[in-house]
Amino acid sequence: MDIKRVKDYIYWLYYQYLLITCSYVLEPWEQSMFHTITVTVFAMVVYTAYVFVPIHVRLAFEFFSQMFGGHPESTV
Amino acid sequence: MANPSAVCNGHLHHHHQKQNNLLKSGICKKNGITKGIKKNGISNGTLYKKKFVEHFEQAPMYVAVFTFLGFGVGTIFGYLRDFMRAWGLEKRNVATEREQQKDFVPLYQDFENFYTRNLYMRIRDNWNRPICSVPGPQFDLMERVTDDYNWTFRFTGRIIKNVINMGSYNYLGFAETDVNALKTVTIELQKYGTGICSTRQEMGTLDKHVELEKLVATFLGVEDAMVFGMGFATNSMNIPALVGKGCLILSDELNHTSLVLGARLSGATIRIFKHNNIQSLEKLLRDAIIYGQPRSRRAWRKIIILVEGIYSMEGSIVRLPEIVSLKKKYKAYLYLDEAHSIGAVGATGRGVVEYFGMSPDDVDVLMGTFTKSFGAAGGYIAGKKDLVDFLRTHSHSAVYATSMCPPVAEQIIRAMKCVMGLDGTTQGLQRVRQLGKNTRYFRRRLHEMGFIIYGNDDSPVVPLLLYMPGKIGAFARRMLEKNIGVVVVGFPATPITESRARFCVSAAHTREMLDTVLNALDELGDFLHLKYSRYSKSSHPELYEETRLELED
Repeated sequence: MDIKRVKDYIYWLYYQYLLITCSYVLEPWEQSMFHTITVTVFAMVVYTAYVFVPIHVRLAFEFFSQMFGGHPESTV
Repeated sequence: MANPSAVCNGHLHHHHQKQNNLLKSGICKKNGITKGIKKNGISNGTLYKKKFVEHFEQAPMYVAVFTFLGFGVGTIFGYLRDFMRAWGLEKRNVATEREQQKDFVPLYQDFENFYTRNLYMRIRDNWNRPICSVPGPQFDLMERVTDDYNWTFRFTGRIIKNVINMGSYNYLGFAETDVNALKTVTIELQKYGTGICSTRQEMGTLDKHVELEKLVATFLGVEDAMVFGMGFATNSMNIPALVGKGCLILSDELNHTSLVLGARLSGATIRIFKHNNIQSLEKLLRDAIIYGQPRSRRAWRKIIILVEGIYSMEGSIVRLPEIVSLKKKYKAYLYLDEAHSIGAVGATGRGVVEYFGMSPDDVDVLMGTFTKSFGAAGGYIAGKKDLVDFLRTHSHSAVYATSMCPPVAEQIIRAMKCVMGLDGTTQGLQRVRQLGKNTRYFRRRLHEMGFIIYGNDDSPVVPLLLYMPGKIGAFARRMLEKNIGVVVVGFPATPITESRARFCVSAAHTREMLDTVLNALDELGDFLHLKYSRYSKSSHPELYEETRLELED
């Protein structure tokens, strides 16, 4: 019973995605093309975030801590 | 006072929350005496005899973003398809010129109907659905399927029976096939036949027309009236007879195409004021009187204000008392198009003039149609005898158009007599009351569920906002699967971000039918995520029940 609810919920989410991006009105081959492009772009965003965001956050944290509290450390 | 925002003036402000509400209840509490409520900036006691509440709630910002995103995706794919069609990768289904005429001046401008070709065609199966029974509270639909994505349709031969009708303008339920009700119509049909074969000026004026005109004049409380065969033609052909060059037309932003066409045909100068916005209208009037005509600075020959009783896309009611006071102050004329409001509002169904408790002498030209509340076809213009006599000789429609056919005239006569009570029963009054009850119930339930509904609380036209283009098709198709027929409207008829589903409540709808529709809407609203309203009461049902003080029924 739970599996059915989860499946219905996932279907509902997919349906909302179709409605919001107006791909509900497209023909099947257009929908496939659109889904491919969307998934590709989304995957690229996730990959980029995974690779770059931790490094950037760490560098930014070091920069700000250096600026505000780390003046005595700068000569070391 | 226990709860300052709960009760003021005996009305509950909980439902119709607007920004100035809290301020008003603050005023009430401070003074200790209940003053006139200021609704939408107008003080109540002087012009409006009862509450004038209109809702035009704005959806959250993400909805507009997604709407534009949806249209963007549709446009991109539209360009792609057009490209494929132009390069022969796909069959062309639109009209194209013949090979021999390729070098001529193009007949069909391809880009102009970009929207029709690429966006409307994809969801076209929701419009022009052929029905095969009388459009009463329920009707029968011919089932049709498409094999090539809505370019062509074919009928399967099956008929979908008893689809609940939420789209027909059948406000008082006179679109009926009951034999007893249509007895007089049948008699007239056998006496006169159906064709008139002439215009009013030649041999097309029947005694039926004279009887009908007298009846319309009595119904509205004016001196004289004139009827025409077609409602659209009444507007578009009579406005040019009333105004011409050198006159000024002040027309509402959202006026119907027939009024716009009539105004343009007349050759007068047209200025538009914001929808139902009295400040905008007053500014235009003052400018018109102060500055006169554009280059010669002469006074305008005539200034006429074109408004409608109920606007069919918004469901809003015109602010008649204020417009009449403006017209009297600046000496302009008023043309009121009561196509949707005659028979549908007012205590006895006499339209917006009665709804606001005003006298019909205040409005110079009263126009209306018989298509909506009376289950017939045609339009009328009513007013002073001089005006109607002038129109009889000078209007294009009166002189050249074929007059109304006798069975239709008899249908209007019997419907009007029913509403006025002249047939000896109270059926007419019951219908008007039933419509009012149905309207209020339907609107109240929709507000409670959390949908965004536009318009006045008393108007039987209920637009439910859908916003996103993808939801237009999904909504109409799913409602049809549940056996409910609705009308959805999108871009050219409404602003691009505000596509909607328009419900027309009818006196013939029973409580069960409305409940079926409301339950279906509830379910569908959750499934399609349409409940955008921030003021819904569904989150606090027990609070609403305790403090409810409705003064209706």
